[in-house]
Amino acid sequence: MKFLWFHLMPYTELPDDFREHNPGVWVNIDSTLFDPRRAHVMYNDFIDELEYAGTCGFDAVCVNEHHANGYGLMPSPNLIASSLARSTSETMICVMGNSLALYNPPTRVAEEMAMIDCISGGRLIAGFPVGTPMDTCYAYGQNPSMLRDRYLEAHDLVKRAWTERRVFPFNGRYNQLRYVNIWPHTLQKPHPPIWIPGGGSVETWRWCAEMDYVYCYLSYFGYRIGLSTMRGFWNEMDRLGKDRNPYRAGFLQFVGVAETREEAIRLYREPAEYFYGRCLHLDPRFVQPPGYTTEATIRARVEGQVAAAARKATTRARTATAMEDIVEQGYVIVGSPDEVAEQLRHAVTEMNVGHLMLLCQYGNMDRDLTAYNTRMFATRVMPQLAGHFDDRWQDHWWPNPLPAAERAVPDAGLSGTLAAAE
Amino acid sequence: MRPDHETTVEVAGAAYRVWTAGTGAPLGVLAGFGGLLRWTPFLEHLSRHRTVVVPSLPGFPGGGGRAHVELDTQFDWLLRTRDLLAASGLSGADLAGISLGAALAADVAAVWPDMVRRLALVSPLGVNDGDSVIADHWGATHSEQLALLSSCPGVLEEHRRMPPDADEIEWDVSQIRANEAAARLLWPNGETGLGRRIGRITCPTLVVWGAEDRMVPGGHRRLYLDGPGGPVSETVIEGAGHQADFDRPDDVAAALIAFLENEA
Repeated sequence: MKFLWFHLMPYTELPDDFREHNPGVWVNIDSTLFDPRRAHVMYNDFIDELEYAGTCGFDAVCVNEHHANGYGLMPSPNLIASSLARSTSETMICVMGNSLALYNPPTRVAEEMAMIDCISGGRLIAGFPVGTPMDTCYAYGQNPSMLRDRYLEAHDLVKRAWTERRVFPFNGRYNQLRYVNIWPHTLQKPHPPIWIPGGGSVETWRWCAEMDYVYCYLSYFGYRIGLSTMRGFWNEMDRLGKDRNPYRAGFLQFVGVAETREEAIRLYREPAEYFYGRCLHLDPRFVQPPGYTTEATIRARVEGQVAAAARKATTRARTATAMEDIVEQGYVIVGSPDEVAEQLRHAVTEMNVGHLMLLCQYGNMDRDLTAYNTRMFATRVMPQLAGHFDDRWQDHWWPNPLPAAERAVPDAGLSGTLAAAE
Repeated sequence: MRPDHETTVEVAGAAYRVWTAGTGAPLGVLAGFGGLLRWTPFLEHLSRHRTVVVPSLPGFPGGGGRAHVELDTQFDWLLRTRDLLAASGLSGADLAGISLGAALAADVAAVWPDMVRRLALVSPLGVNDGDSVIADHWGATHSEQLALLSSCPGVLEEHRRMPPDADEIEWDVSQIRANEAAARLLWPNGETGLGRRIGRITCPTLVVWGAEDRMVPGGHRRLYLDGPGGPVSETVIEGAGHQADFDRPDDVAAALIAFLENEA
């Protein structure tokens, strides 16, 4: 079992009446709500929290990419990851990830991720999402009819840039480069592990199986809803003759740990209600640009979670926004350490997921409560689940960093040495 | 009410539906958003005066399945449209286009002046006025989309209604595909670069606008009035929205016929 501490970096001061006066949290969110002076504090708190999680024993810390988004302040997760590459030493760094079609040329992704891999001593996990419609088609203006083809071509280019040991031309449909020759190369060989966040697309499952990548279902709605998606994934793996190694898969789950269930509900009510009430206030106008969803997926009547959330926002089947409903529906797993461990054991076993991504910070949770939740999980929950799956399965999709003895140590002493020399 | 003939022509390995009706000199018609799922009162009116020839554009209903996914650039779209018109027997004929169909018709006339004798553009797209761009028809709910496209949304909705014997999923797929094809051509702002070529249009041109067009800012009208190198006339149809051919089919058809006959 691997535990990955995930940060969305939500703007924590959306007004109480945000839902009533704004069409959505994404794309057309009111620009005047953003206060850079407050964001200065938030960013530094968020980075502190990621670093703290790294010291608490989480196997990895995760960052991701969003644009024009009030619950995701990381247009460039690579900036945060590069900071973490210096300030953490043992935990892996999961960039979950870069929306490949947005980069021109995509070798920029190959270069930046190679830098992070080198700086961190080979601790990078490279995530390659297609990207949500809001991020890619609306905020970044990508043509939804070309997005997936661009993504797949960019993936091919990045992978070749990482693995070929010669200068080569790339003459793709969307990218033409005479000289592909990235410096630096990745430290991990042949390349960092590649993980693919996705919805319930059969094509994505097949592609992950074909490429031997990890499939991650990043749900905001908990394991009860995620279970049907993961069952679909494993059924497809069976059909393709792949083994049921749980490390082929990742899943995102919100958690809130306290000494008792009552205390957990009291502590985490506000941040959970903030997240599901304000952060998931999605404008349905932006969830289904034509061509974004493949015809095969339409025929299979599969609905992505963002689309589902937006649909629920306009129908009677609303996303739960009151704590009791949030907990009842399993969006957030709360309770005492034993209760949370038991629910998670059940969830990961049922879903057969070896990479458990955890949101210990969500909504407007402050750094003290985030640190408490993180610490409680690391010290009281994680030990109860450690080793789960490991009697039978190996994680072939985990980074392979340099041995500690070979790793550079960020040397804060240099500035002291220079000062002494002056 | 239906076309006299439905045939297919093959262009670049894909089969395209071509509807034909009426008698007289041929008039090609390129449809707007969503393409054509049924023969319409607008086409019926035109066919009383001319031989109306309606080839389906790539990706639209009858338009070669997913043929649009081969088209990456405006030049790809123009070549395919030109070849489709030629295969439909419309080389050198009169040509009308609605909305995105007008964007392509205008561009064909600009790039290949001999292809078009007279040009009628109904609610044309393709040219923006700086940052003043067409409305975001994709970033809209279903009802908002209809309201942007039509002053009589019920008429458009009725045109898109699934026939009782159709497969529901495939019907949905065909409509989403048509929307995707339009997006492939026009995403995100409806800009095709026509403004850099519009001066090459030398044939007589009629531009028709719906007085209640909510897609195209009113300031765009002068771009189509002043842009072409040949003679341009303009007609505004009261009560019509962007898809004026659905909203006021007889008025729009009459304006086109008057233009074609007066110029003949």
